[in-house]
Amino acid sequence: MFRAPLSLTGLLLLACLATSPSQSDELKDLYFGEALYYAHQGDFFAALERLDTEVKQHAGLDEPELDSLYFHMNDAEFSLGDFELRYRMHHRAGRAIRAVLEGAVDERVRNDAAYRLARIHFQKGQMEDATRALERIEGKVPESIRDDIEFLRANIYLAQGRPADSVTVLKRLQNSDGYGGFAAYNLGIAYLQEGQQQAAKQQLERAGQIPTSDTAELAIRDKSNLVLGTIFLESGEYDKAIPFLNRVSLDGPFSNQALLSSGWANLSIENLERAVVPWSILAEREVTDRATQEAMLALPYAYGKLNIHGRAAVHYGKALESFSAEVGKLNTSIESIRAGKFLEALIREEIRKDKDWVIRLRSLPETPETYYLMELLASHDFQTGLQNFLDLADLRRKLISWQASFDSFDDMVAIRHNHYEPLLPEVDTHFRELDSRMRLRIEQHKMLVRRRDDLLTTPRPEFLATRGEQAVLKRLEQIETQAQSRDSALGESVKTRIKRLKGLLTWTLETEYHERFTEFDRNLRGLDEAMAVVEAQYDQYVRARQAATHSYVGYEKPISRLRANVRSSIKKVDSLMARQGHELEVVAIEELRARRSHLENYGDKARFALADSYDRATQAQAKIGEKQ
Amino acid sequence: MSKLNRALMVVLLVCGPMTSGSAENISGDNTRSLDGQVQEIKSDVLNIASELSNLEERLLYPSGTQIAVFVSMAEAEKFRLDAVQIEINGELATHHIYSFNELEALQKGGVQRLYTGNIPSGDHQLNVTMIGKLKNGTDFNASDSFVIAKGIKPKALGITLSRPDSGSSGIKVGDW
Repeated sequence: MFRAPLSLTGLLLLACLATSPSQSDELKDLYFGEALYYAHQGDFFAALERLDTEVKQHAGLDEPELDSLYFHMNDAEFSLGDFELRYRMHHRAGRAIRAVLEGAVDERVRNDAAYRLARIHFQKGQMEDATRALERIEGKVPESIRDDIEFLRANIYLAQGRPADSVTVLKRLQNSDGYGGFAAYNLGIAYLQEGQQQAAKQQLERAGQIPTSDTAELAIRDKSNLVLGTIFLESGEYDKAIPFLNRVSLDGPFSNQALLSSGWANLSIENLERAVVPWSILAEREVTDRATQEAMLALPYAYGKLNIHGRAAVHYGKALESFSAEVGKLNTSIESIRAGKFLEALIREEIRKDKDWVIRLRSLPETPETYYLMELLASHDFQTGLQNFLDLADLRRKLISWQASFDSFDDMVAIRHNHYEPLLPEVDTHFRELDSRMRLRIEQHKMLVRRRDDLLTTPRPEFLATRGEQAVLKRLEQIETQAQSRDSALGESVKTRIKRLKGLLTWTLETEYHERFTEFDRNLRGLDEAMAVVEAQYDQYVRARQAATHSYVGYEKPISRLRANVRSSIKKVDSLMARQGHELEVVAIEELRARRSHLENYGDKARFALADSYDRATQAQAKIGEKQ
Repeated sequence: MSKLNRALMVVLLVCGPMTSGSAENISGDNTRSLDGQVQEIKSDVLNIASELSNLEERLLYPSGTQIAVFVSMAEAEKFRLDAVQIEINGELATHHIYSFNELEALQKGGVQRLYTGNIPSGDHQLNVTMIGKLKNGTDFNASDSFVIAKGIKPKALGITLSRPDSGSSGIKVGDW
């Protein structure tokens, strides 16, 4: 497989991934929704931070089924792996997805997880592991990822040098809605890898004529035509190469290479005028492009072959001038990178808001000529390094802002401490007094409630006597006791009166019992309400008191631990940024040097050819003069 | 010249997925080693962020008084939401103007934490206003009021927004 299809495949995989932070039909967990909100905006750090915390909290619950995340656990674990993958944390992403695979989950969910794991391994170039992950897929497969799985399988086979297997899979994908164009192209490449030249040519021809308006598919169609044209060019079948090279659209990403090859194909069959046409177009294009630079030499070469030496000399002169200017720019760029301007420009946040931010880098003062770095920027390792550098810069910004917030936390805690510390002892003393009084009342209330409950089962009218009645009853009982003693002078008439009075009292208590009990119960219920208010206020006070303490006690250790962690993380990030940045600079300089050497070589050729063209032009002029 | 061209073509044809250009070969192993370390530091910083969020929440929004207001859009709603304003007991709590990315995230099912603050327990008046544009280009400004009860637990309120029509403001508030 070619590099370009691989990168296109990667783009396609990422595009699929970007749309797939899956969710259940109805969102039940706000915090999961919040993580999705950040993920949909591409802020995977924030998404991960929220979802990771939520999933960990959920895992620590005694009754997880009562938690709202319970309904989304499969999705949440999936999304966690997805976000980690998008945040380029492959180690953790792999672990998260493996956890889903090993859990007791639905067949479709497990198959989806296996596919995602395979995709991670594929992106990391671990083809054996990717194959093993795909082998775990069995039974029901979600409709939405069926073609994704097959396309991935075909790409893995290609990467493993198993083109025949890849051909079998890709044939099945030819009518796929999502992969039609890519599958058609990759099938051609698989045939090529298998050594089936004829089948490859036929397939690439088909892939080069797929009707589409999709930008990515248009690009792959151009790529098919370019590759097929190149195959014919390489095998010396120049006239066959030309129609395919001409099919490549003039404004697509492969147009420069196609124009260049078309020129060479025409030149090879001595069709010199035809060679001049594509090269003339190409020579006017972006001068930093390799194909353009080559065309700037090829065009005068063709004019020379046509014996138009004067025009050849003019174009050689133009090329020479252009190459010298470009060498100058490259020297400046190399110096600029050495001075750290490249890295400075990379981490400027405002420029990255544009999707073509890398190209826009050149618009900044003192930044290197980034057009020369485009190929390098597209390479996987450089991209990984660049993304890591940018991620590190983001982490650094976050850590620095957190570091500043610790001082505010300290101030906040100190202010609360100074406010509450003098107040709380007095409040506590007062509270203790109130607390003992309240406890007494609570006990009394409980006793009354018990008494009412007892009265419901065993009526005791005397318990409901008024204070006056109780005093009268007590006095009567005293008199009765006296009357019963031997020394008593009280006569029978008194005893009879006492009996009558007691009877009267008992009569009152018995006959008014129900009324009094109802009144007692009503009063007690009123008391219940008052006690509930008191107890609520009591609880509220206790909470407020606890909150007062919690607002400033117990923060010292976590703040100082976090402060230390942040400080040490900043050191690590700085060190990693320095290493990563240095590596990027070295690679970028290496690339620019190679391009400079290439241009210097072209410059030498142009200089020699320019002199030669002048000579020939002069000779031709002389011959014309002689004739005249 | 022709050789140069052919060399370019050969490079184009034989580059496999695992073969790399010269720049990659220079730094491949080192990049992978660095990549592992970068992943580790990302993990560390994520843990710090999580711990810091908890600390901030404890310090700034104690559970007894905490109120968090979340905003989501009803399923399949495609109107353009420009801004949302929240007032609690007549006081402005927050006003948010939506970017394109934020709106798209809401439309895809994301839930935005719009406001976190503190209120005492008891009943409170919540006023929600949303400003936007309907698909037919009509501007709208819809408001609704709700009474919310704050207990001793942290209060999480979910506001679901949908297209306002003659019968309703399109604003729903529910406990979560």
